[in-house]
Amino acid sequence: MNKPILNIAVTGLNAIDSPGPGVAVIRSLREAASFDVRIIGLAYESLEPGIYMHHLVDHTYMIPYPSTGTDALFARLEYIHSRENLDVIIPNFDAELYSFIKLEPRLRSMNIKMFLPTFEQFEERHKVNLSEFGSKYDIPVPFGKAIFSTQEIDELFDRKKNRNSISIEKSSANGRHSFTDNEENDTAGNRIETNALTRKIATVHNGKSKVTEHEEEFEFPVMIKGKWYDAFVANNIEQAKAYFNKISAKWGLPVVIQKFVHGTEYNVIGLGDGNGNMLAAVPMRKQYITDKGKAWAGISIDDRKLIALTEKFIRSTKWRGAFELELMKNGDNKYYLMEINPRIPAWVYLAVGVGQNIPEALVNLAIGKNVDPLPPYDVGKLFIRYSYDMIVDRSEFENLSLNGEL
Amino acid sequence: MTIRISQNIAISETGFLFNPSTGESFTINPVGAQFIAYLKEGLSDDEIINRMCEEYEVEPKDISRDFEDFKELLKQNNLVDDNE
Repeated sequence: MNKPILNIAVTGLNAIDSPGPGVAVIRSLREAASFDVRIIGLAYESLEPGIYMHHLVDHTYMIPYPSTGTDALFARLEYIHSRENLDVIIPNFDAELYSFIKLEPRLRSMNIKMFLPTFEQFEERHKVNLSEFGSKYDIPVPFGKAIFSTQEIDELFDRKKNRNSISIEKSSANGRHSFTDNEENDTAGNRIETNALTRKIATVHNGKSKVTEHEEEFEFPVMIKGKWYDAFVANNIEQAKAYFNKISAKWGLPVVIQKFVHGTEYNVIGLGDGNGNMLAAVPMRKQYITDKGKAWAGISIDDRKLIALTEKFIRSTKWRGAFELELMKNGDNKYYLMEINPRIPAWVYLAVGVGQNIPEALVNLAIGKNVDPLPPYDVGKLFIRYSYDMIVDRSEFENLSLNGEL
Repeated sequence: MTIRISQNIAISETGFLFNPSTGESFTINPVGAQFIAYLKEGLSDDEIINRMCEEYEVEPKDISRDFEDFKELLKQNNLVDDNE
C-alpha cells in the first residue's frame, strides 16, 4: 500500500549544545510507518545546523522571531504555504508556541494542521505558575515565586533574616525551647533550628502576617530560572541578583525563584489526546548532563510511579499534544515536578528507539486520524548524543542569508 | 534478616547489574553476583551461607559477615523490594 506523503514544517533546527528538538523530530518523522514526509525547515537563525542537513530537511525558510508579532509570522507562513502546500506544522520552541496557538484557527482555515495544547493548558503549566499548578492538581512541586526586580530578592531574604532574629528573640524572652518541629528532642535553646522556629512563628502569626509560609522556606541554594529558558543555582544573594539580571536581560520578566531540590533528574516524554487519555509515555534517567543541564545521555526506565504521575498529569489537565515532564527524585525517593515543557523534547528519538514514535502519533492526531495508545517501550536502552562537524559551502550560507530560504 | 531482591533487577553473567526502575547500573564481583543469584532463587540466609561455604572454602562466620554487609549495600541502593 502506498503511504501518503505529508508536507511537514518543523522548527527547532538548532542542534547545538542546548539543542532544539527539530532535528530529532525530523529523524522520527522519516521513520514513520504510516506516512512519508517532505520536511520543510523553519529557522530563526542562519546557522541553525538542521538547515544544512539536506538528508533530513528538504527546504528551509527563515521565519520572523516571535517578538515580531503573529501577523508577521502568519504572512511568512502564508508565503511558505503557497510554495510548499503544508499539511502540518510542528513548533518546537516554548517561546514560539504562544504565537502558533494563537494562529491555529487561521492556519486550520488554510488546511494546515497542528496538535498543540490549549491556551489554558499552556499558561497554567508555565513555570511562573507551577506552584499553583501543583496545588490545583495535587502534584508535588518545589515552591517558586515570580519576581520582577532584584529588590524582591532582597525583600525575600531580608524578611527571612528579620523574622529569624525576631523569632529567636521571642523564644528567648519566653524562655521556651519547644517551637521546633521535633520538640521532644530539644532540651537546650542552642539546639533550636532557626528555620523550623521561623516556620512555627509564621504559623502562630497566620492571618496577621503577609509573609506566607512558603516564602519562609526559601533558603540558599535556590534556582533562578528564565520564563522561557535558562536556569542557574544561586548560593547567595549576590549570585541570585546576578543571575536575575542575566536572565531578565535575555528572556524578559518575570524571573522565577524556586526552591532547590537535591536529587536525581528524571524526565518523561508523553503524548495526550486532549481528552485525558495517555497515548504515549517514556521515562528517562539522565545519565550525562552538560553544564547547561541538558541530557547528553540517558536511559529508558520502568518506574510505575513515574508513569502513574504522568497519567495523572494528562488525566487532570486533559493535556493536548506532546510534552516533557522534568522531575527530581530526592533522597526519600519522592518525585518533585520541576517543569512541564509543552512540546516535544530534544531527546525524543530515544522514545522512537524504544518503540514509541511520538512525532508520528502527533502528526496523525493533527490530521484527524484515530491514534491508539502506543505499544510498551523497551527498558534499559540508552541514547548518547554526539556532535558532528558539517562542511558547508559558503554559497549555501549566502543563499540563505540573501533569500531567506535554502 | 532475610531480604528479597527486586525481581525486575537484571544482572548479566559478567556481574553488570541494571535497575530498570531507577536507571542505575552497578558492577558486582563474582561473589556478589552469586549472592544475588541465590537471593533471586528465593533461598534463605542460612541456605545461601551454606552453599557459599561449600563453593568457596570459607568459614560460615566470614561469609555471614560479608553477606550482611552486602545486603546492607543492596538496601542502600534501593535494590530490594519496598516491603522488606
